[in-house]
Amino acid sequence: MIEAENLTKRYGDKTAVDDLTFTVQPGRVTGFLGPNGAGKSTTMRLLLGLDRPNRGDARIAGVHYTDLPAPLRVVGALLEARAVHTGRSAYNHLLALAQTQGIGRKRVDEVIELVGLTGVARRRAGGFSLGMGQRLGIAAALLGDPDVLILDEPVNGLDPEGIVWIRTLMQHLAREGRTVFVSSHLMNEMAVTAEHLIVIGRGRLIADCSTEEFIERSTEKMVIVRSPEADRLTGVLTAEGAKVAPSPDGLLTVTHMEAPRVGELAAAEGVVLHELTPKRGSLEAAFMELTRESVEYGAGDAPALPGAPPGAAVPVAAPPAGPAAEGENR
Amino acid sequence: MTAATRPAARSAGGPAAHQRPGFTRLMAAEWTKIRTVRSTLWSLILLVVLSIGFTALFVGLTAGTWKDMDAGDRAQVAADPVSFILGSGFFLSQLTVCVLGVLVIASEYSTGMIRASLLAVPRRLPMLWAKALVFAIIVLVIGIAVSFASYFIGVAIMGDKVHVSLGDDGVLRAVVGGGLYLAMLGLFALAVGAIVRHPAGGITGVIGFVLVLAPLTALLPGSIGDHVHAYLPSEAGVLIAKAHQGDSDLLTPWQGYGVFALWTAALLAAAAYLLKRRDA
Repeated sequence: MIEAENLTKRYGDKTAVDDLTFTVQPGRVTGFLGPNGAGKSTTMRLLLGLDRPNRGDARIAGVHYTDLPAPLRVVGALLEARAVHTGRSAYNHLLALAQTQGIGRKRVDEVIELVGLTGVARRRAGGFSLGMGQRLGIAAALLGDPDVLILDEPVNGLDPEGIVWIRTLMQHLAREGRTVFVSSHLMNEMAVTAEHLIVIGRGRLIADCSTEEFIERSTEKMVIVRSPEADRLTGVLTAEGAKVAPSPDGLLTVTHMEAPRVGELAAAEGVVLHELTPKRGSLEAAFMELTRESVEYGAGDAPALPGAPPGAAVPVAAPPAGPAAEGENR
Repeated sequence: MTAATRPAARSAGGPAAHQRPGFTRLMAAEWTKIRTVRSTLWSLILLVVLSIGFTALFVGLTAGTWKDMDAGDRAQVAADPVSFILGSGFFLSQLTVCVLGVLVIASEYSTGMIRASLLAVPRRLPMLWAKALVFAIIVLVIGIAVSFASYFIGVAIMGDKVHVSLGDDGVLRAVVGGGLYLAMLGLFALAVGAIVRHPAGGITGVIGFVLVLAPLTALLPGSIGDHVHAYLPSEAGVLIAKAHQGDSDLLTPWQGYGVFALWTAALLAAAAYLLKRRDA
């Protein structure tokens, strides 16, 4: 279990982490989500005792990280920035870390095998690709067979195969009863990996709930309707409290009303329907909307979706949301 | 997948159940770190080659022109032949120890390795002490070996021009002292590297100080200049490689080494304080 209590970190007059309080439970993958510069890496460094908080407290398994007698046997960490001497081979890097904890060479070979670096273990880590470096970092995190894993952007630089691998690995580790805390700035990646989400923006807590609830709460439901009598249908639905937005191709996007009710009203009024499809807004768009206020390095005032005109309401106004597919079908 | 083979029951015994690894384990880890990067090997090879090479060169030049030298210069060499022989090699080869000492710690910062090191040893200071001790032992062993090699080569080249033997008063101590000086210099450089946390800056600082700034203070006028010069770390420390206190030396060999040790201890204390205080 990981506990953060009123965690606050300032660099000069910039507050990177602002009064964060949350708990990460064992047995599930907890996603730590936020736009770039939201304070995810800083929070993780505070948890791991690399940085000292200005205020607040961070405990892992009930104690401060710095008080753990053999920390790598309790906590495995992957940091965003590389933490490997470029001139040393992967094997020797892991060996030196293992020796500090009294972990044997056999385990070093095991984790190298586990992350698939066997063929390059004797090569200098400086020549590793981003993906190989990431695998080496994961090997170091798993070295002590820890109960708690803290992984900062682990999919960074991995190819699609590697992404599926790390996702499966994390879910597997969580099922074994471990605490898995993984940061990402990609909402869709977290939606398929994490069961629980902690969302931050500008160092502050935005949400702490299950992934399902987060999606439920933050993406608006809508119904796509096609009808030869679009105008009449619009009148009927609007009269019953729905909001209807027509689009040039004759489709109607209905919000504030569920699909069955739309169907019932159409049947009662004898309006012919050619299509009736319940949809969800794009998860990625919802996430952007949610964190819009708190984006540190925005491209402009409106973090518009690619292709969306500036000022367009982001979450639902682009029906039927193309990029939504990933999020809504989970 | 090894992680998979574990039963679902986790956290047996809690986080405190694991034993804190002993200091010897940290030393083993630091030994692994030092021996597995190329800069160590190259620096140490360069130390040996430069020491022996320059000893042979300078001592050879002196021996070859012995007849043409004026009596004063000859007397200076004859007064303390060990100091002359060791000094001719170490003057340049000590730079390799300065470089390696800085690199041993500063390269961890430049590559990011320090984060992995501190995650493994979050109390931080044991890591610094283990690293310093392992490095000092390595330099001491190689330094003493190189010192003896230089001595025998120098004596052989000088032949019968000067008389010196390991049995003479202070000579054996001076030869061992060559190794002691290099080991302390290594710690001095390591402390600077830990404070500066930047390889280029640390190396420039240490070498600039040892090779340029410290010798320059000898030019300061009067008694104040003499005292400043005498108490500077490397100038005081190198006295340990002399057979006896020279006429112009304010400190005895052991006093000089003590001064060097105090400087080094102060820098290491500063390094430790900063390591504990600063964000990594």
